[in-house]
Amino acid sequence: MEKTTILVGYASCGIAAGAKAVRDLLEQKVAETGAAAEVKQTGCLGICFDEPIVEIHDQQGRWVYRKVNERKAERIFADHVQGGQPIEGFLFHELCDHSTREPKERMFDHQERIALANSGVIDPENIDDYLAVDGYQALENALKRSTPDDVLKIVMDSGLRGRGGAGFPTGMKWSFCKKSKGDLKYIVCNADEGDPGAFMDRNLLEGDPHAVLEGMMLAAYVIGCSQGYVYARAEYPLAIHRLNIAIGQARERGYLGRNILGTGFSFDIKVKEGAGAFVCGEETALFASIEGERGMPRIRPPFPAEAGLWGKPTNNNNVETYANIPWIVRHGADAYRAFGTEKSTGTKVFSLAGKIERGGLVEVPMGIPLRQVIFDIGGGIPRKQEFKAVQLGGPSGGCVPASLLDTPVDYESINATGAIMGSGGMVVMDQNTCMVEVARYFLSFTQKESCGKCTFCRLGTLRMLEVLERITRGEGREGDLEELEGLASQIKGASLCGLGQTAPNPVLTTLKYFRHEYEAHIKDRKCPAGQCKELITFHITADDCTGCTACAKACPADCITGSKGVVHDIVLDDCIKCGSCREVCPTGAVYTR
Amino acid sequence: MEATVSQIADIVRPFKGQVGATIPVLQAIQTTLGYLPPESFDVIERECGIPAARAYGVATFYAQFRTTPVGKHLIKVCDGTACHVKGSETIVTALRDHLGLEGEADTTDDMLFTVEEVACLGCCSLAPVLMVGSVTYGNLNVEKTREILDEYRRKEG
Repeated sequence: MEKTTILVGYASCGIAAGAKAVRDLLEQKVAETGAAAEVKQTGCLGICFDEPIVEIHDQQGRWVYRKVNERKAERIFADHVQGGQPIEGFLFHELCDHSTREPKERMFDHQERIALANSGVIDPENIDDYLAVDGYQALENALKRSTPDDVLKIVMDSGLRGRGGAGFPTGMKWSFCKKSKGDLKYIVCNADEGDPGAFMDRNLLEGDPHAVLEGMMLAAYVIGCSQGYVYARAEYPLAIHRLNIAIGQARERGYLGRNILGTGFSFDIKVKEGAGAFVCGEETALFASIEGERGMPRIRPPFPAEAGLWGKPTNNNNVETYANIPWIVRHGADAYRAFGTEKSTGTKVFSLAGKIERGGLVEVPMGIPLRQVIFDIGGGIPRKQEFKAVQLGGPSGGCVPASLLDTPVDYESINATGAIMGSGGMVVMDQNTCMVEVARYFLSFTQKESCGKCTFCRLGTLRMLEVLERITRGEGREGDLEELEGLASQIKGASLCGLGQTAPNPVLTTLKYFRHEYEAHIKDRKCPAGQCKELITFHITADDCTGCTACAKACPADCITGSKGVVHDIVLDDCIKCGSCREVCPTGAVYTR
Repeated sequence: MEATVSQIADIVRPFKGQVGATIPVLQAIQTTLGYLPPESFDVIERECGIPAARAYGVATFYAQFRTTPVGKHLIKVCDGTACHVKGSETIVTALRDHLGLEGEADTTDDMLFTVEEVACLGCCSLAPVLMVGSVTYGNLNVEKTREILDEYRRKEG
């Protein structure tokens, strides 16, 4: 009889949701019973909202179990692995080969997986798994049968653009560095995923590290480099761990190091851990950080292709860009161009988070409407709340309102809204999210993260933050909005790097689409979303309160009176206006005014 | 303090002569000691030849480094966009309240817990999220946050 494979989703999201206990239990069961089964780990499938995920691959095919805890795992093992009876009620039907039930959701219909193809499928810590899905084939073919120019042509023709946010054509970037004079050149992979609310790169590194490495190797072959660096966020320990394992295995098998696969080509990769600075996502700051200095951007030109890391010609791409390369080289430029639009070819990975039913990672062809990503794939807003805006591009991006939900996701169309494609973070907001507060949040972030080199960025963002804080406190003044706009244009114009040039974007887009909300704060001293603490008080409607005590239990200030079956009341003097009661109330009895 | 100085010297010595070692040197000290004691910078200069002022400049530039002692359990509360939208502020309040931290204090008097707010832990689909040491907890609410702390306290006796 063939062995049954039990796959446990073991990326950071799965582990945080409890995958360790599930994996330990299943391993123990297999050992105890001697069942013809093997427990394997894998990365994240992207359905993070349903973690922990356990898959069973048996003679009948593939079965995906959602939200598995120890109790469910025990039953899955007994009924399915040992008894051969899948448990229909626990399944994620859309991904199962033979389930009899109609899937609750159709999330994968709109998706195309190129960068994420192996994530959640292979064991990221086992190079043989990667080799089994044609891993390192692109590299081997290139080294043995193609010239660097052949490979460059494929990347050029594919139309691939930088997935870090700016969208610069990758092939062109490589060609600049290739043309640069110098015997020592560097390849850098930017894995300093700094945008709060984005986790594509973490998942790629945790789920398919070899693909990123292979992408870097192909770039090195094209450009003629012998040394590469991955600059990874220190906040991603598991990604760094798996990257190091992958590098070790690739060296062992002769894909990295001296004289790769006997072809005479030599290249090696080191991992550099970042130390927590958003500005290091800017490439010249990133180089300074690898060099061991404060991560402060330098003036360009010279561009990195001429003088980058340690003053040498350097090619820097982000994780997702490199992860696409092996597929493109394997399948050809036309296959890649078959997805996406004329100017934005291929697919893009997005991370869906915030007020959304099905948060996780999705990969879609460029050009599909935002609405499809958020509603058809993401399942829309939980608890029947209303969609208000989606934040794209992190602190450099902006908030896109409901009226623009039909905007296609491609570089040009997103830019036209005032937001940016960015690295792919999509944070969804509902009507309880105050847009002025969101703008304040981002400004406080960029203000803290400004490296301090340019006066307008260092002080201008602080002035903007002060105005925004005043408005959210209900102390806004006539002329504040004009002052924000004035400061924004000065900061954009007088900052050296992307951080300062884009820092005002969250304010500008919210001013553009939600100006009335700013005006309500300033003129009426009201927060329409019911979020800004100084402007609201919390109350409980006696008619709707069932006395379930959920709010009293959730209250961090212990300021809700009432007992089981008795209408509850909020002691306003002690209330810290955190909104926990509103979050947990099952009948919607908590309201603000 | 002599013990610390010789300990730091042992940690940083292997980095002598390495190019671009400032950040790894500081990370090595912090990994072992939990923070960068004030003596670190002179020791780094003496052992590795990296000027103390430069090392201090680097240490104070990056969010990861701290120059005050850290509690036994380091709690990182995420305030990334997704967590922020889903109420991370309430989690921070509940956490600090439950630990009795007031004002600027980030570490409990018994040196058991330190609370740090971080930009993003990358577990946005489980927001709000926090980490204790290397363990991540997701889908938090006030009650769950208190339970997590109580669990650690119970283990400590």
